[in-house]
Amino acid sequence: MIAEKMCGEKCGQAQTGVNWKNEMELVFDAVSSNESFARTAVAAFISHLNPTLEELADIKTAVSEAVTNAVIHGYENLYGYGVHGEARPAYVVIHPGKVWLHCLLEHGVLHIDVTDKGKGIEDLEQAMEPLFTTKPELERSGMGFAFMEAFMDELEVESVPGQGTTVHMKKKLGIGAWIHRED
Amino acid sequence: MEDFQVIDNYLMVKLPVEVDHHRAAFICENADKYIVTENVCNVVFDFEDTRFMDSSGIGIIMGRYKKISCFGGRVYAIHADRQIQRLLKMSGLNQIVEVLV
Repeated sequence: MIAEKMCGEKCGQAQTGVNWKNEMELVFDAVSSNESFARTAVAAFISHLNPTLEELADIKTAVSEAVTNAVIHGYENLYGYGVHGEARPAYVVIHPGKVWLHCLLEHGVLHIDVTDKGKGIEDLEQAMEPLFTTKPELERSGMGFAFMEAFMDELEVESVPGQGTTVHMKKKLGIGAWIHRED
Repeated sequence: MEDFQVIDNYLMVKLPVEVDHHRAAFICENADKYIVTENVCNVVFDFEDTRFMDSSGIGIIMGRYKKISCFGGRVYAIHADRQIQRLLKMSGLNQIVEVLV
C-alpha cells in the first residue's frame, strides 16, 4: 500500500484563507477488506472541516459504492470474505489489481476520484440504471450508481472497456462557511 | 458482531457495525443456512449495532426476501437509524420490508 498526502500550493501559508487546497491520494489492493479502509480514510481526510454526521455518512456510502464497484466489477474479486477468511473456498482466487483514490478539497468542495485499471464498462447508461446489475447471482442490489448520484452533488463516470473506469464525484461541504465565520 | 438466532419461526440476524460487500457473503451464507435447516418463515434484521451500510446491505435484504417471500414469509428491519432508513426508502425496500423502529 502506498499512501501519500500532498500539500497544495497554498499549503502552509494560507491554510486559513478561502483559496486553500488540500489533496491526498491512496493506492491500495482491490480486495474487499480495503473498502472500509477507503471510506474511513476519506472521512478522516475531511474531518477537520467539521462535517455533519449526515454529510459524513453520505460521503462514506458513496466512496464505499465506488470502491466496491472497482473491486467487484473492475477486477472481479467477487466475494467479500475478510475477517472470516476461513470461509473463503479454496477455488476463489484473488485477482491482483490496484484502486486509486484521489481526494481534493478546494473552496469547501470535496472532489473524489476512484480509478481502477480493470475491465471497464461496456454500456455506461445501462450500468447507471437503478437495480441493473451484471451479476445477479451475487445478490447485490444494483443500487451502487444510484446511491452515488443521490448522496453526492455531481457524478461523472469515464470508462474504456478493457482499460478501466474512473468515477468522479463532487460534494459541497456546507459547513465551510461556518468555519470561516468562526475565524 | 454478526449473530444468528432462531426464535419460533423467526430468524433474527444481528448485523455487524459496518454492513458492506466485505461482510455480505458471510451474512448471506449463514442466514441461508438457517433458512434452509431450521425451517424459518420470517427474517428479522436487527440494525442496533449498525453504524454504516451501503448497497450491499440492500442486496442482503433483497436476497433473503426473495428466498422466503414465495412461502409467505416476511422480512422486518428493526432499530434502523436515520441513515439506514433513508437507504431503505431510496431503494424502495420499505415497500416490502416492515421497518419497525
